[in-house]
Amino acid sequence: MDDRKEIEAIANEEYRYGFTSDIQSDTIEPGLNEDVVRFISSRKSEPDWLLEYRLEALKRWRALPDPDWARLDIDPIKYDEISYYSAPKSMADKPKSLDEVDPELLDVYNKLGIPLKEQEMLAGVAVDAVFDSVSVATTFRDKLAEAGVIFCSISEAVQEHPELVRKYLGSVVPLTDNKHATLNAAVFSDGTFVYIPPNTRCPMELSTYFRINAANTGQFERTLLIADKGSYVSYLEGCTAPMRDENQLHAAVVELVALDDAEIKYSTVQNWYPGDAEGRGGIYNFVTKRGLCAGKNSKISWTQVETGSAITWKYPSCVLRGDGSVGEFYSIALTNRKQQADTGTKMIHLGAHTRSRIVAKGISAGSSNSTYRGLVSIHPRAKNARNHTQCDSLLIGDQCGAHTTPYIESKNSTAQIEHEATTSKLSDDQLFYCQQRGLSEEESVALLVSGFCKEVLQQLPMEFAAEAQKLLGINLEGSIG
Amino acid sequence: MSVPCLRIQNLVVQIAGKTIIDGLNLDMMPGEVHAIMGPNGAGKSTLAYTLAGRSGYEVLDGDILLDGTSILDMDVTERAVAGVFLAMQYPVEIPGVANMSFLKTALESLDKARGQDKLPTVEFMRKVKAKARDLSVSEDMLRRPLNVGFSGGEKKRNEALQLAMLAPKLAVLDETDSGLDIDALKIVAEGVNKMRDATRSFLVITHYQRLLDYIKPDYVHVFAAGRIVKTGGPELALELERDGYASFEVA
Repeated sequence: MDDRKEIEAIANEEYRYGFTSDIQSDTIEPGLNEDVVRFISSRKSEPDWLLEYRLEALKRWRALPDPDWARLDIDPIKYDEISYYSAPKSMADKPKSLDEVDPELLDVYNKLGIPLKEQEMLAGVAVDAVFDSVSVATTFRDKLAEAGVIFCSISEAVQEHPELVRKYLGSVVPLTDNKHATLNAAVFSDGTFVYIPPNTRCPMELSTYFRINAANTGQFERTLLIADKGSYVSYLEGCTAPMRDENQLHAAVVELVALDDAEIKYSTVQNWYPGDAEGRGGIYNFVTKRGLCAGKNSKISWTQVETGSAITWKYPSCVLRGDGSVGEFYSIALTNRKQQADTGTKMIHLGAHTRSRIVAKGISAGSSNSTYRGLVSIHPRAKNARNHTQCDSLLIGDQCGAHTTPYIESKNSTAQIEHEATTSKLSDDQLFYCQQRGLSEEESVALLVSGFCKEVLQQLPMEFAAEAQKLLGINLEGSIG
Repeated sequence: MSVPCLRIQNLVVQIAGKTIIDGLNLDMMPGEVHAIMGPNGAGKSTLAYTLAGRSGYEVLDGDILLDGTSILDMDVTERAVAGVFLAMQYPVEIPGVANMSFLKTALESLDKARGQDKLPTVEFMRKVKAKARDLSVSEDMLRRPLNVGFSGGEKKRNEALQLAMLAPKLAVLDETDSGLDIDALKIVAEGVNKMRDATRSFLVITHYQRLLDYIKPDYVHVFAAGRIVKTGGPELALELERDGYASFEVA
């Protein structure tokens, strides 16, 4: 197939799922009711069981309260004013060129060295297709198919691998887990599906970047990743560039399942629009991420770098059910200006000889607030379970806050649980030292912060780590003095 | 007639409203080594920080000129770029940043600010390793996070390594001898002596004469109550060692 046909094929595929079809008629009135859910499901030609799943979620959602236990100041969410199926904005409504885009956003793109074509895409400028990425994606797809790896949108998976989706969807994050996850179950627009067959090492790092996401899937994204027995996969999610987005509420769900001896490494760089200097217009990022170590000696490792969003509410967790399974959580949460983050993890030890490790680094600058919230829970059957938690906060300036809320529950006396926590301020001595050796103030802050985050940064694939490091620096610009 | 490398004119410096340096004058020609000696609390470290441009050290009067140009309006980084290096009395620990990569970052920042080409990594490595060997800085120390868990002597040897790598125009050594045993002192002094040439000047701040046995100064200044009260040759250091600072203390 030549390039043109490939692009056409992909364009048609998207059409099939109703994303770039007749735009005017695809956008529905704000508000959430049964008709909306039926509409979404029918647009995607979903099987009945999935429609019923969505409808059940809707019913339950109405009864659930907004989670209010986080240390976050959130304006009440007006669910009735949100449109739950809005197709992409028409080309006519989009910015015509980069001249119409927030100059601050462009400044960040330039600092990250993002090519012009990509800048346009990220900023939502009306461009028809990003040709390079399309061909890249296709090459990747062929290589993956050879290994038997399934890597597609969840809408495609519903059509082509319904037995897998039906078996695992909602198996890790139950329908009524929390209000945001339940909302997602009712109205999820699209997302990613990954299946790694037994004894297969996925031949490359999988990244959402390489899968051409239909526009506007970000809001209620659903990701399902299954690593069958003895397999390995590393998945990268996100983008170091801030994405311009019209939707303020994001409620994504990610479910991971690792069977016997399988390993999943899931890395995220989240840099959604944080809003302006006053915090106006930023994204509310309410994400439910959970991995189930279903099989013996399986392993799930979360790494996250959270620098964006006005509000981050996110607790990537591991349920360690298989004996000898391992859960890891490596996190950097950076807040500046008026940003708020309440993030952490839950490590649920069910099986014997299960181990977990938590390394959480919080950096607060400006007048932001950052909270680490964690739960380590050892169940009665979890003989010889072990956990080590390390939780460090770094404060920049004197207007910001850092908070740590760890919960530890142990119902088995053989458990070993360790918790270490530190809070420090970026010191004048360190800044002076770096600057005296020739680094600018901004370079100095970036260097000190990346040193503080090193244990987490080194968990990221190398290229990603370098970008994440750059990102930390950019997000802290102007935070001193 | 050449221009002084460093000229300090009638300098008055306050910290938090308290005058610490009060009418200091000093001229250093290129290639010269000057020692500043004085009792504790005389304002020696204040002078070092003021030269480097640290915030909180408020210059009320006078001027500091590097190669004939005032540096008073420059910030810390700009002064480093202009060629000022301060070997610190208490080098700070920077967790998570490997010693060698810090050195590389610093060198690259300076080169970039000066519009010079970046030193290729291979050459950088060769240079670091050669200089590290001279200063008994082990490979392990190069890999470890900067100054974290270094002994007092290791920290000072590492400062000397940075000095050698960054090759400044004006090097200010603030009590480099404190915390050094005699062997380490010799190593650091040799490192400094190796760098002495007609273009570089050293301001050696010390409380004891001991360091000056190994780094021979051209001039020795006695610093008391925020200004220079006496200037002489190397013999003045020996005099001070014998008689102490008592005669210079201001009541």
